[in-house]
Amino acid sequence: MSGPRGGARTAPLPLLLPAVAGLAFLLLPLIALLVRTPWSTLPDQLTSTEVWQALRLSLLCATSATVLSLVVGVPLAWLLARTDFPGRGLVRALVTLPLVLPPVVGGVALLLAFGRNGVVGQWLDAWFGITIPFTTTGVVLAETFVAMPFLVISVEGTLRAADPRYEEAAATLGASRFTAFRRVTLPLIAPGVAAGAVLAWARALGEFGATITFAGNFPGRTQTMPLAVYLALQNDPAAAIALSLVLLAVSIAVLAGLRDRWMTAS
Amino acid sequence: MTRSVRRTRRPRRTPTVAAAAVAALLALSACGSADSDAGGGGAAEKLSGTVTVFAAASLKESFTALGERFEQAHPGTRVTFSFGGSDTLAASITGGAPADVFAAASPKTMKTVTDAGGTDGAPATFARNRLEIATLPGNPHHVSALKDLTAPGLKVVLCDRTVPCGSAARTALDAAGVDLTPVSYEEDVKSALNKVVLKEADAAVVYRTDVRAAGDKVEGVDFPESARAVNDYPIALLKDAPNAAAAKAFIALVRSADGRRTLTGAGFVEP
Amino acid sequence: MTPDRPGPDPRRPDRPGSDPRRPDQPGLDARLVVDRGGFRLDIALTAAPGEVVALLGPNGAGKTTALRALAGLEPLTGGHLRLDGAALDRTPPESRPVGVVFQDYLLFPHLSALDNVAFGPRCRGASKVEARKQAAAWLDRMGLADHADARPRRLSGGQAQRVALARALATRPRLLLLDEPLAALDARTRLEVRAGLRRHLAEFEAVAVLVTHDPLDAMVLADRLVVVEHGRVVQEGTPGDIARHPRTDYIARLVGLNLYRGRADGHTVRLDAGPSITTTEELRGPVFVAFPPGAVTLYGKRPAGASARNLWHCEVAGLETHGDQIRADLTGELPLAADLTTVAAAELGLHPGTPVWATVKATQTHAYPA
Repeated sequence: MSGPRGGARTAPLPLLLPAVAGLAFLLLPLIALLVRTPWSTLPDQLTSTEVWQALRLSLLCATSATVLSLVVGVPLAWLLARTDFPGRGLVRALVTLPLVLPPVVGGVALLLAFGRNGVVGQWLDAWFGITIPFTTTGVVLAETFVAMPFLVISVEGTLRAADPRYEEAAATLGASRFTAFRRVTLPLIAPGVAAGAVLAWARALGEFGATITFAGNFPGRTQTMPLAVYLALQNDPAAAIALSLVLLAVSIAVLAGLRDRWMTAS
Repeated sequence: MTRSVRRTRRPRRTPTVAAAAVAALLALSACGSADSDAGGGGAAEKLSGTVTVFAAASLKESFTALGERFEQAHPGTRVTFSFGGSDTLAASITGGAPADVFAAASPKTMKTVTDAGGTDGAPATFARNRLEIATLPGNPHHVSALKDLTAPGLKVVLCDRTVPCGSAARTALDAAGVDLTPVSYEEDVKSALNKVVLKEADAAVVYRTDVRAAGDKVEGVDFPESARAVNDYPIALLKDAPNAAAAKAFIALVRSADGRRTLTGAGFVEP
Repeated sequence: MTPDRPGPDPRRPDRPGSDPRRPDQPGLDARLVVDRGGFRLDIALTAAPGEVVALLGPNGAGKTTALRALAGLEPLTGGHLRLDGAALDRTPPESRPVGVVFQDYLLFPHLSALDNVAFGPRCRGASKVEARKQAAAWLDRMGLADHADARPRRLSGGQAQRVALARALATRPRLLLLDEPLAALDARTRLEVRAGLRRHLAEFEAVAVLVTHDPLDAMVLADRLVVVEHGRVVQEGTPGDIARHPRTDYIARLVGLNLYRGRADGHTVRLDAGPSITTTEELRGPVFVAFPPGAVTLYGKRPAGASARNLWHCEVAGLETHGDQIRADLTGELPLAADLTTVAAAELGLHPGTPVWATVKATQTHAYPA
C-alpha cells in the first residue's frame, strides 16, 4: 500500500464501512487460523520431509503451470481481443468454463481427455507410451486447466483497454503482426500479463480438486500442499493447520515480492 | 492357497438384485399389513416429523432404500440424509449440526463423536465391510491375490492411510507381507474406485460394497487377508437429536432382520 | 455525376481515365474507394515526388479513412493504388514504403525516443547498432539529440511531434502520411512546429500527403490542396487558387468569403438564392460570385442616391468579434457576412434583429465560371 498523498482526504463512510467490512471478512478466517495454530508443536510438524517435499512440488508445479498458461494463454487472449472470427463470443465463454466448473469435474474431464483411455490420452499411450495421470506432468496440466482462464481473462481485458493503433503504427514501420505483438503490444500490456500470471500462479498453488482427481496423490510426485493439507485434515487437524500456514506464508511472501517488483513497474 | 474369484458382473448379479427387490417388496407388504399390529405396540409413540441421518458415503444405496421403507411404514415421517466422508460428518456433528442419527464407516470416527459427548448411549455395530480388489472388467491382468498387485507395470491405487479404507488396506497388505507401491493414495474410497472405473488404474483395494455398487464397470476379487481388516460400521443416536423417538425407530429398522437383508444385499457383512 | 452536389464537378485534369498516368511514372496515383456502413469514400489522388498534398475537409469527410487506406490500414473496396509505378492495393501495411505520422503520434511509450526512431529501420532489416545509428542521425537532424534517451512521456508536444516525424522518415518512405500533424499542439507550439514541419517537408524528396481540417496548416504546408467533403473531392488546386475561387460553402467559410451560385448574363449574375449581383467580369452561364465580408458596407437607412445595384435589405442575425472587427451575420434578401469596425457597429446600434441595408461595390466582387 502506498502512503497517503497530499492532503489526505478522508474516505466517505458509505465507501469506508463496506470496505472495512469486506477486509475483515477476508482476514478473519486467516486470523482464526493463526489463533488456532498449534505453535508449540509447529516446529515438529514442519521438520517432516513430506512437508517440504509437498511445498517444493507445489511451487514447482504452480510455476510450471503459470509458464504454460503464459505460453498458450497470452496468444489466446490476443486472438480473442484482436481478431474477429465467427463464434468468438462462444469461444470466450468456453475459455472461462473452468472458472465455473467444479474442479473435481474438471479433473474427471481431464481424465476423459488425457487419461490412459481418454480421447487424446489413448493415442499418447499407444504412440509415445506416455500416460499423464499419476505424474507430476498431470499435476501441472490440472493446475494449468483451472488457472489459465484467470490469465486469459486478465490479459484479454488489458489488451482491449490497450490502444490497438500502436500495433498499426508498428505495422506502418514495417513490423509484421507478430513483431508488432512481441515488440510493442507485449511490453505495453506487461502489467496486465504480470497481474494475470500472479493470479494464475496463486490459483494453481491452491489447486486441489482437479489435481487429486486427475493426478492422484503420491508424496513427492503428485502430492502438492493442498492435497497434503486435505489428507492431514482427515485425522490430524493440527497438522493441517500447520501445513496451511506454510502454504500461506510462502504465497504471501511471493505475491508481496512480485507486486513490488513487477506490478508497479509501469 | 484358496482362490476365490467372485465376479460381480451383471449376469451373475441379477438374481441377487431381483431377490433383494422381492425381499424388499415382501417386507413392504409385510410392514403394511402388520402396521396396525405394530401400531398396537407403539400406539403411545405415534412417529412424525423429520429424521436427519448423517451416514458414511458407502451407505448411500442401502440407507436410501431403508429410508423410503421407513417413511412408508410411518406415514407422516420424513428421513433426510447427509452422506459424506465419516470424518467430515463427525466434524459437523461435533460442530453442532442438528442431526438425529450418525452412522459411521469406522469405530475410530464414531469415537471422536462419543468422546465429545455427542451420542446418546453406546454406538452399536450394525454392519461390517470387507476389502476387495477392484480390477478392470474381465480381470485382464489376472489378479487373484494381493501379491499380484506388485506386478511390474500394473497401476494400483490405494486409499490414503488417513482414511479408513486406506488404513484397512495397509493392515491387509502387511498381513499378506506384500510391499506395494501404488501410483496414488486417493483421498477416499470412491475416488480410488473411480480410477479403475475410468480405466486409469488397473486395480484398487476398496470395499466390497463399492465394488458391488459399481456394477459391471469393475470386477471384484476377494482375498483372504481381507478378513484381517474388517471395518465395523457403528450407528448411534445423537444426544441433541431433535426427533429422538423417530431416530430410535430408524436405528431399530437398520438393525432389524429387514435392515440386515438390505445391507447384505449391498455387499455388507453381518456383524 | 450527381447534379445535386454542393459544387459543380471540379475540373481534375489528372483524374484517372481522363489522363491516365503511365504505370512506371514516379509518385502517387490512387483512386481510393472504401465502403463502410453507409459511408462511401471515393477520391482520386495523384502527386509527384517532392509534392506536398493536403487533404482538407470537415470532420467526417473521410480524410482519415483515405489516409488509412493509403497506409494499408483500411482495405480498399475499389479503385487502385500505385506508388512509383508499383501496385500496392494488396500489399499489407508493413510491406508498403509508406511512413505515417499519427495524429497523437503513437510513440511507443516503453521505448526511448531513439528506440522509437530505430524501430522502423530495425524492422526493415538493419542491425541493432546500425538502426540506432540511423535513428541518432534522424534525431540530430530534428534537433533532438539531447532527448534521445527520453521516454515519450517526458517529451513536450512539439518534441514528440518531431520524434514521430523522424520515426516515419527513418524508414525512408516513398509516401509520407501525416494525420492532423499539428492538431495535438497548443497554439504557441503550433506556430513553431508548423515552421519546422514546413522545412522538413520541403526537404522531403518523395510524396507527402497530410490530412487536416485547418486551412492555415494546409495552406502553409501544402503545395496543393484537395478538398474532401462527404467522401468526395469537391475541389483541388493550389492554396492561392482555392482561396480565391472557392467552390463550396465549406471552403468559402474556411477562406472567409461570401459565396453564391448563379447564372451570369453579361455583368449581371442572377443568384440561385434570389437577387442579382452586378460584377465586373463578363460571363455567361453558371458561375460563382464571391466577395469578402470587409467589402460590405452597412447602412441603418436606405442610402439616398445610391443605385439599386448590389443593395439588399437585411436583418442582423448575430454579431461576433472577429480580430479587431465586428462580424455581422445577416439574413434577409441575401444572407451574408459583413465586417465593420467596432465604432461603426456602435454608431449603427447593431443588435440581433436590427434592419440594415447592405451594399457591395461591383469591383470588389469576383465572378468565375462554375
